[in-house]
Amino acid sequence: MHFVFEVQGGDFNKAGDASSKVKKILQQIGSDSTVVRRVAVACYEAEMNVVIHAHHGFVTLDADINQVIIVVEDEGPGIEDIEMAMTPGYSTAPDYVREMGFGAGMGLPNMKNCASQMEIKSRRGIGTTVRMVFENA
Amino acid sequence: MLKVKNQQYFHSVHLMEDKCKGCVNCIKRCPTEAIRVRDGKAHIIEERCIDCGECVRICPNQAKIVVADTLENLKAYKYNVALPAPAIYGQFREGIDPRHVMAALLAIGFDDVVDVAFAADLVGKKIREAISAPSEIRPFISSACPAVVRLIQVRFPNLVEHILPVLSPMRAAANIARNHVTEKMGLDPKDVGVWFISPCPGKVSAVNEPAGTEDNTISGAIPIAEVYPLIREKLNHNQEELDQIVADLKPGSGLGLGWARSGGENQSIGGSRQIAVDGIHSVIQILEDVERGKLSDIDYIEAQACVGGCVGGVLTVENSFITRRRVRILATDNAGRLDGVLCDEMACEALDNEDWFRHDRPIEPRPTLKLDDDMAVAIRKMEQMERIVEDLPGLDCGSCGAPNCRALAEDVVRGLANEMDCVFKLRERVAQLAGEMMELAEKAPPAMGHVEKKAEIENAIGEHSAKTKPDTEK
Repeated sequence: MHFVFEVQGGDFNKAGDASSKVKKILQQIGSDSTVVRRVAVACYEAEMNVVIHAHHGFVTLDADINQVIIVVEDEGPGIEDIEMAMTPGYSTAPDYVREMGFGAGMGLPNMKNCASQMEIKSRRGIGTTVRMVFENA
Repeated sequence: MLKVKNQQYFHSVHLMEDKCKGCVNCIKRCPTEAIRVRDGKAHIIEERCIDCGECVRICPNQAKIVVADTLENLKAYKYNVALPAPAIYGQFREGIDPRHVMAALLAIGFDDVVDVAFAADLVGKKIREAISAPSEIRPFISSACPAVVRLIQVRFPNLVEHILPVLSPMRAAANIARNHVTEKMGLDPKDVGVWFISPCPGKVSAVNEPAGTEDNTISGAIPIAEVYPLIREKLNHNQEELDQIVADLKPGSGLGLGWARSGGENQSIGGSRQIAVDGIHSVIQILEDVERGKLSDIDYIEAQACVGGCVGGVLTVENSFITRRRVRILATDNAGRLDGVLCDEMACEALDNEDWFRHDRPIEPRPTLKLDDDMAVAIRKMEQMERIVEDLPGLDCGSCGAPNCRALAEDVVRGLANEMDCVFKLRERVAQLAGEMMELAEKAPPAMGHVEKKAEIENAIGEHSAKTKPDTEK
């Protein structure tokens, strides 16, 4: 099962739509509620990162009876220091975004907590790809 | 209690078939996509219906009705107690004291009245205690609106544990009433009818099918709209009679009365890390945010299915914007009474009984989204559904009887509908068939000489020899 959803950078109105669709699909195929919850939270954080930092991106959902894989790739500035970005509380989000309640620096650590595996690839000035794997049951 | 045969769940919202024209208004408004039009009539999918009353509100033909109890049903009991919802007080003109409305309920046939706003004062205190205790769960969601509780059960099953296990003021009021009549008055519980005077179908269903408790202490629910004309009559013409009985009544404080409108519950609980959301579609948005983990800094969500809160219920009478103002005035006028209410003997005794306020069993999720019990099959259906969605026009016109193209695709993979139910798909197919018919019609029988065919064959032979020529020259 393969689904792709587009995410537009800077579009705070539509932010969260892709993760809502992902969540509904997992509920429809009958994933366990804890799995749905984890994927929903992690996918939303990743989607928000695209909205906050990048120009444009895609959320891809692949699922079978064993696992759920979420890949969020974007065209954007990339992450300067991934290790630093993984530190709870570290954030490069601009002030206006923080005023909206986002950009608290908990996104990546939170995603890592939810997923059973997470890989980040990033190239400065080109973009970032986050791949998260969850056990499906 | 109302009983409808062959139903898995109790529902107060029903269809009057002869009034239904099969229009698509209700299917498009339903927040859980629980209605389909089949054979020209709306059908409610009972596992999905949450009795919010949106379809009752929108139906232009009054085909959706709320089946509830009537005052006639009081005859089955020797002693009847009314539990008026706080929303009732805003239905009457400004200046009417809540005690007069309570007195009017006694004048129209009830033997006793326990104000739900009074219970709300006590419930507010219990909620404050419950959300102040440390807990992994944040935010908690109020269990007061039964349509919201059902919405969570069917559409947000992941969030059932967020529902605060404190009973609604209606349930607390019933426990207080039951205790009073059996312990204090020595009546046999079987002889006592306890009736909630309801602003909405959600509460009517909740009375008949409790969530979070097994005890059914409430005999039935009577719409505010049913008692309204009778109370109005008493208020207008029997003022003196009412004046004589008000002394013994215990109305809630302004804070308890405030529960009738959105925001009132939070006000009665006190604190700042709370959100009040009203209107079922707005509630859905907030619940989406809770599932995303976005609201973990909030302690409590007061969520009501009706716009404006209970005063917006479909079983009320007055315009909810007018009622909201009246409730605000009543809340201010009675603001100072809270201490009096909480020091009341009945209140003190009630507050000591924790089990009058607590859920005694968990609220179970009732997920309805799953396409199949076997996940492998569900995944195949999901893929098939996506292909169907891509093929449908995406106009969400509702003419197929489903609320939108995606819902039709879902019905198709569930085996409940056909792609040809889509008028656009049907038109495409008709056009295609018409084309095939034209082609067939142009074919003349052999006896009339295959004029066109002959020319075609000759052409084909000619082309073939032209093509093969270069080869032979090689």
